[in-house]
Order: sequence, then structure tokens, then C-alpha cells
Amino acid sequence: MKTATDGQSEALLRQGAAIEAAPPEAADPEVALPSEGHPADNLLREDRLPHIWCPECGLGIALKAYLRALEQVAPEMPLDKQVCVSGIGCTGRIAGYVNLDSYHTTHGRAIPFATGLKLGNPELSVTVFTGDGDLLTIGGNHFVHAARRNFDINVFLVNNFTYGMTGGQFGGTTPQGAVSSTTPYGNVEDPMNVPALAEALGVPYVARWTTLHVRQLARSLEQALRTPGFTLVEIISPCPPGFGRANEYRTGTEMMKAFRDVCRVDPEADLRTVGLPMRPGDPIVCGDFICRPRPSYLQRYAEQMRNAGVHEAAAEAAASASGEGVSPGYSRRLESAP
Amino acid sequence: MRASSDRRRVRSGDHFMIGDVACAEAALAAGCQVFAGYPITPATEIAEHMSHRLPMVGGYYMQMEDELASMNAILGASCAGVRAMTATSGPGFSLMAENLGLGMMMEVPCVVVDIMRGGPSTGMPTLTSQGDVMQSRWGSHGDYEPVVYAPASVQEMFDLTIRCFNTADRYRVPTILLGDQMLGHMTGHLRIPPADEIPWVERPTRPPPEDPVPPPSSGNGAPPMAHAGEGHRLHFTGLTHDERGYPAIDAAGSRQLLDRIVGKIRDHHSEIVEVEDYRLDGAEIAVVAFGSNSRSAREAVRRARADGIPVGMLRLVTLWPFAEEAIAELSRQVRWILVPEINYGQIVHPVREYAECPVSLLPHAGGALHHPDDIVSAIRRRWLHEDRH
Repeated sequence: MKTATDGQSEALLRQGAAIEAAPPEAADPEVALPSEGHPADNLLREDRLPHIWCPECGLGIALKAYLRALEQVAPEMPLDKQVCVSGIGCTGRIAGYVNLDSYHTTHGRAIPFATGLKLGNPELSVTVFTGDGDLLTIGGNHFVHAARRNFDINVFLVNNFTYGMTGGQFGGTTPQGAVSSTTPYGNVEDPMNVPALAEALGVPYVARWTTLHVRQLARSLEQALRTPGFTLVEIISPCPPGFGRANEYRTGTEMMKAFRDVCRVDPEADLRTVGLPMRPGDPIVCGDFICRPRPSYLQRYAEQMRNAGVHEAAAEAAASASGEGVSPGYSRRLESAP
Repeated sequence: MRASSDRRRVRSGDHFMIGDVACAEAALAAGCQVFAGYPITPATEIAEHMSHRLPMVGGYYMQMEDELASMNAILGASCAGVRAMTATSGPGFSLMAENLGLGMMMEVPCVVVDIMRGGPSTGMPTLTSQGDVMQSRWGSHGDYEPVVYAPASVQEMFDLTIRCFNTADRYRVPTILLGDQMLGHMTGHLRIPPADEIPWVERPTRPPPEDPVPPPSSGNGAPPMAHAGEGHRLHFTGLTHDERGYPAIDAAGSRQLLDRIVGKIRDHHSEIVEVEDYRLDGAEIAVVAFGSNSRSAREAVRRARADGIPVGMLRLVTLWPFAEEAIAELSRQVRWILVPEINYGQIVHPVREYAECPVSLLPHAGGALHHPDDIVSAIRRRWLHEDRH
């Protein structure tokens, strides 16, 4: 758990004051509420709320967009077949709040866990909800290989440029020069350009939005859920105590305003140019960058095995087995492998 | 879920086979549907054989990018409701340690095969060792109770792999088959029984979501498993959690969880622990050995007996949970216990902890088994020394 920073305390105080000052109408029995619940109640574990995220965090918006996408695809992809897998970090807590089968695994390892789930039951729709440190830094190798394989999972990445849960250290997406709790003199390293990396690996669906682009984001998540193979949606999100405060975005609102000012929607952008150095005035290029479906891992696996005739060979071998045969030792190459 | 009645999976009959392949055939016979692994000597033959055979039975061989991924992939597959296995050797086993702990915490049945080789580090990839005994017990952080089987023959590479799957499902726990290079690469006789004689334990599963949830106290301490896609919408986490899977990060929550996941194994020692006696009748000296090295120990006992020395062997078939009672009982019968192992002293420590007689270690740096003569010499020295006094 992160300890409250001054910025957080202030924000909490402000929020508390707002609640104190709320007009009493809500409690008046004369005034009927439009609804007893929240529209997303059936998709959230109410008994897990309130969540642990800080005021002005972008994760609530990312979560809401995910829930909306789930609702949209529900007629064809039932919620009981949707699985959410996460690793460690603030984003990793999303798995605990969605009312789906959910797995909160170890740091960086959500992708291989999700890979196993999908292999164990290919009918599942498996989504990894993850942060930048989890996916790209400690878990970078798994990301690279699952993307290369075009393995049948969705990856929804919340990039807030920092390790929020541990209190704002730099990671693989932190802009060069940024101040963090472990780069007090500025970050020496360059950040990763995630869409370009995904393109290089042949990912069939790649999109990026900020938490300001609520509708576009929900549509892209829906599109990702419908696309076979590996999909990646990068969600740029504010983290006021972990990243913004030390780097000229004092509050989440300021960062959202900056998103509004510098975002450029350009689905045709050359992805080599969409890295996020986050210097003042640098654009954040957003859009549905890539939508080029190609055979997924599991589609190709089935095709490969069909072409190789392994099922027929196995059936023949079983039919001819007497049950008392003597096999020649380590005989892999001697068998009638097609 | 039972797949072992499938003749494509069970190659019943007599075979002359290497241990690694026997292990893979056992996994197939046990219904293993997903194998995720990474090539490593001397366990690679298991992966190779699975890549050949699993697609034939509609399963998946998945070669992951490393052993961290392999371990997680089998946990995921098991959570989706199928039997899953990985196989590795020391360096890979080290990488699996963190997520073996995740499997313990989430209570995910699966099988991890470690074909030990000389260490530390890269060590001796093609030569044997028993250096991972304590790692198999304590490799991941925190408190948990692993179940570890130590085969001693090609036949046991098969039989105990089946046992690993069944114990894993019975107690909802990852189980470990601790073989070594000598066993993995040894060719020997294997008899695979008819499909309907392959032992089978059904994994206890949670009743359908519309039915009432069974109370946590029912069963053997391992709650029935809810699989993904069945409508339970359950949460699994590596955090300390309550019975709903929700984080319960305080002293009371930790105690409740750990009492149960440690207790479900400790309370069933008598059902899990297995040992084999060899010529312990009238023995005054005992050799305690396990795995491939027990083959040398057996020969040493035979030779020492021929010389008139009353010696026998207790072979540990399960290393963990430890055979506390068997060792205590043995130590009340014999005057001295000798522990030959291919390391600088690992299983000798719990033997000392539970024995009431003196215990000596006969270490070996690895790369080979103990020569039976070395074990006989140690026995004879002790016997003559005692007789003189």
C-alpha cells in the first residue's frame, strides 16, 4: 500500500469537504432517485467497493470503458465466458472489481497465466488488464512473445508512466528527464514506444486513447474483444501522486487538460513517430492504429495439426494397438509421425 | 474429465523406455491436456515427447519463452479445468519458484517435474545430482507444504507421475516429481497397465453456481475448485485472501488462510507419505536413501548383508511431507543411520531432526551416484568400530 502523500491528503480533504457540503436533497424521501443502483452494478463486485485508487486516478475511467465494451459484446460473448487476468500494481486491482472470473497473478506474469487459461479452455475470452510496469518492464518478455505468436488474448494496458502502487518510481515508459522517486535528478533512460513495438511484432489490432477519450476507448476495447488473436489497447492515464505532481501536472485535472490540448487523433500515423517523450507541447497521438486481422495462434495450431494429419495418425495407432505391444525405447523418430 | 480410458493416451503394454519419456507417457495416461515448458537438459526429452504426442490426443504443447511463463501457463490451464504439467531442471526450477508459490496460494493443482542436474548455477547439465531437495521444499517464499515424490526407476517415473496428478487434484496443490539426470536418461523396463487400471482421482469441483456453496469446513481442507467459464465469477489472487478470494491482509486473515493451506497437507501425512523398507528385518544399522542413489544404497545393503552386517534400507518415496514417523520408528530399532545423498547434506537434516539415534551423512559432489563400495565402506567402518568397543 502506498502511503498518503501531501497531494493525496489534500485531494482527500477536498473530496471530504465536498461530501460534507453536499445538499441534503439526496436523503429527502420526497425526492425519488432515478435509479437505486449504478448502471454497471451487474459487472462490478459491489462488496469489493470502494476501490483503492487515489482521487483523480484514470483507472476508474478505464474500468468503465472496459465494462461498456463487455456489455456491447455480451450478446455474442457471454459474460460467463469472459475472464480478466491481471498482474501486480494499481491496474492489477481491476481484476478484483470486475464481476467476472478473475485472476490476480504475480508481477509481470498475467500474460503467461492468461495463455494457460486459453489453452485449457479455448472457448474463453481472455483479457489481460495491466499497467506499464507490469506488462512492459518486468513482464516485457512475455508481451513480446505473446504478441509475436499472435496468441488469442486481449491486452488492455493502462500507461501512467510510473509505478504507482509503490509510490512513483520510474519504469520502461517513464519519459526521459522525468522526475520520479528513484530519478530525483531526472530519468536517464528513454521510454518505450509501445504501438511501434506492437507493430513490429505483427499485432493485428493496436489502438491508443487517453482517459479523456471515453467513448473512443470503449469502442476500441470492444473492437479488440471481437478481433481474433493478440490485441493491444494502450490507455494513457493520469497518476497525480505517482507521476503528475513531480512533472508539471499537479492534479489529474491538469493532466486531463493537457491531454485535451496535445492529443492528436491520427489513425494513419507512422507508428515510429508516436512515442511519448511528454515534453511540453509534444503531441499524444491517438487512434485505431492497426486493424489487420491475421490467423491467430490457435487458428494456426488447428490448421497445422490438421494438415499434418496428427489426429488420424493417432486414431490409427490406437486402433492397431494390441494393448500388449513392445515399443522401441526412445522411439520418437521411429514412430509413424506424419 | 477422465481421459485415461482413451487408448490413444494409454500405451498399455511392456516397453523399454527412458525415464523422461516414461514420465511423459504417464502424463498422457493421467489425462494431461496442456504441457507448457522450456527446453533444458536433462528434462528436454519430456518436452519433445509431449510435443509429439499431445497434439494427437487433442491437447496443447506450448513452448513458452522461459520457465516463469511455463509455470504460470500450467496454473492458468488448470484454472480452466484441465490437467497440466511442466518439466525442467535446476536453473528452470529456480525460475519457477515464485509462481510455484502462486500455485500454492491459489491452490491450483498441477505437476512440476524437476530432473535434477549438477549445480549450483549452470553446473553440470548432463550429469546427475540431488541438489534440489531443499529447494523443492522451501524454494518459494512464505509458508506452504509441497508434496514431492522421488522416483527411483523408470517404472516409478511413470507410476509417481500418475500419483503426482492424483495428489495434486485431491488436495488442490502443485505437486513435484523430483527425478534426476540418471533416472531421466536411464533406459529400463516399463509396464503400462491397461487404461482402466490407471489410478484416477477426480478433482473436487464446485457445484454449479445456482447450487448452494459448500461450507469451507467440508472435505479434506481443499475447497472444491471453481473453473473459469462455469459461471462462478470467482476471484483468485496471490494476496492473502478470505474464502471468497478477496484480499484479507491482516494477521487474522493470514492465520485463517495459512492454517488451512498448511493444514490440508499436515493433517493428511498418513495418506500422503510413502516409504519402502528393504531388508530392515533385524537390522541394527539403516541406510536412508531416495531416488536414483537408492539403487546404489540397495546394492550396498545387499553386499553388507552378505558380509554378515545387519543393515537395511528405508527408501523415501515422498521427500515432502517428510516421513517423520517412519524415521522416528526406524531410529528406535537401529543404532545408527547413514544418509548417502548426492549433495553436501540436505535430506540428512530432517532425518536428524526426527531420529533418536546418531545420524551420519555420506555426501557426494554430484556428477555420479555413490559407488555401492563407498556406502559399504562407511557401513563396515561403523560396524567394526562399534564392535571393538
